[in-house]
Amino acid sequence: MLIPTVPETKPIKLSVRNMAFSYGQKKVLDGLSMDIHAERVTAIIGPSGCGKSTFLKCFNRIHEVSSAVNVSGDMKIDGVDIYRGGIDEVDLRRRVGMVFQKPNPFPKSIYENVAFGPRLFGVSDRTTLDGLVEDALRKAALWDEVKDRLKESATGMSGGQQQRLCIARALAVNPEVLLMDEPCSALDPIATAKIEDLITELKESLTIVIVTHNMQQAARVSDYTAFFWLGKLVEMDLTERIFTTPRVQMTEDYITGRFG
Amino acid sequence: MRAMPVFRRSRSSKLVDRLMRGVLWSIAILFVVVLILFVGAILKQGWPVLNLSFLTKMPETLDAGGGIKPQIFNSIYLVVLSLGLSLPVGLGAGVYMAEYAGKGRTLNFLRLCIETLAATPSIVLALFGMIVFVQAMGWSFSIRSGALTLALLNIPVITRVTEVSLLGVPRELKEASYGLGATKLQTILKVALPYAATGILTGLVLTAGRAFGESAILVFTAGTNASAHFPDFRLTVPGETLSVHLWYVTSDGTLPDAREIAAGTAAVMIIVLLSLNLLVRLVDRIIRRRTR
Repeated sequence: MLIPTVPETKPIKLSVRNMAFSYGQKKVLDGLSMDIHAERVTAIIGPSGCGKSTFLKCFNRIHEVSSAVNVSGDMKIDGVDIYRGGIDEVDLRRRVGMVFQKPNPFPKSIYENVAFGPRLFGVSDRTTLDGLVEDALRKAALWDEVKDRLKESATGMSGGQQQRLCIARALAVNPEVLLMDEPCSALDPIATAKIEDLITELKESLTIVIVTHNMQQAARVSDYTAFFWLGKLVEMDLTERIFTTPRVQMTEDYITGRFG
Repeated sequence: MRAMPVFRRSRSSKLVDRLMRGVLWSIAILFVVVLILFVGAILKQGWPVLNLSFLTKMPETLDAGGGIKPQIFNSIYLVVLSLGLSLPVGLGAGVYMAEYAGKGRTLNFLRLCIETLAATPSIVLALFGMIVFVQAMGWSFSIRSGALTLALLNIPVITRVTEVSLLGVPRELKEASYGLGATKLQTILKVALPYAATGILTGLVLTAGRAFGESAILVFTAGTNASAHFPDFRLTVPGETLSVHLWYVTSDGTLPDAREIAAGTAAVMIIVLLSLNLLVRLVDRIIRRRTR
């Protein structure tokens, strides 16, 4: 396992040390260690089934909702252990937002989708909500397209708009980290380009971790890239180095399309 | 390289496909025709009897010309009361089974209990109600005995409908909610139940219809007499409903116009049930348009 040895001015937001993950008897992730820096985009690439989505979901403990899981080792956010540091998982998920593979807006209006998060935390004042909704939609580069139809159902939007709405919805609760699980895999190239532009803008104020199947996408949007294979981290480095001069042969084979 | 076979669909498979479609269509049409004939016959017989005085007069015990006003009231009152009792229990049990019970033995055992209760013949529930409420509790034939026993009929259906509707909520929506920092209860109340609402509502109306038409249970618990006061909201008085009245007048045989009263009562019941089902369609459509 190789960790980048480049000077970095941004602080470490998420740190992982010797982390392993299993569903019942089945070990999915093993011996993972990495640092993820604030205001940077970290991409996770690797063939299907290598555990990259599972790894992403460990950061907001969302897999605990549906099944019993076992995480060992350390996973820290701002130096506090996510699993054993006394962090409430509900509070954690507010701080660590998530955008899913398939756009999943609620079958409610555009406005209600974005207002959903703030409402969970007791914001009910109309003016405050209006402001939060507008800000979130602006940050997600969606405001101009939807400002005249906020009352319309979100499910009537195009796939790309739905995904940006989901980003706006996540941003509305002011997260510190945004996890993106193959956010463009269901979108066309134009919608994908918009999301990628958005990622670049959002990293000004957020820590972003993105799982992607698309290596060009990783190369375009990320600062760091981690290559996973069979539940292990093979190599992590600055994105430009991973794509030009990887240190591990397997990484080179994967990014040049020789396997995977 | 191996030669590829020629992929050609056989004539018979197309024919079977068409034949099957025809068979299914005929069954559907046959069913609709039978239903129309059935409803038509009831309405045709009942129509001459249906007038304002029939609907708004008190029943007679010996003479012709009695109405069914208290029976209409009792039917509605008992349905509302029994749903009021069974909705919180059924909804709560359904939410528990879908969201909290987890998979495994406990859930399977619970489901077995609910399904057994759902499959219990209503006459068995009727006797249970008579032994427990009418006799042991000493409530005699009364609205409260009837409403409680009727609730036992409703609870398993509402529970099952709630559970199934909640299990149909897409996982992605629940994940989205949890992902924003929602608690389990918030996710159930704000995402799962609203999504499941149309399914639960449909089940509720079907339950109401079943309770409205139920006779065996009420004969043994609510009795075959209606209060002489109107409207009588007391829970301690007997409460004969439409379906019980229909059965009672035809089997008792003291009324000269029993046949007409039965026909009119049946027509009223059919009309109420039809309207109830149309209403739920309408509400369902409105909810769907608003939320999806």
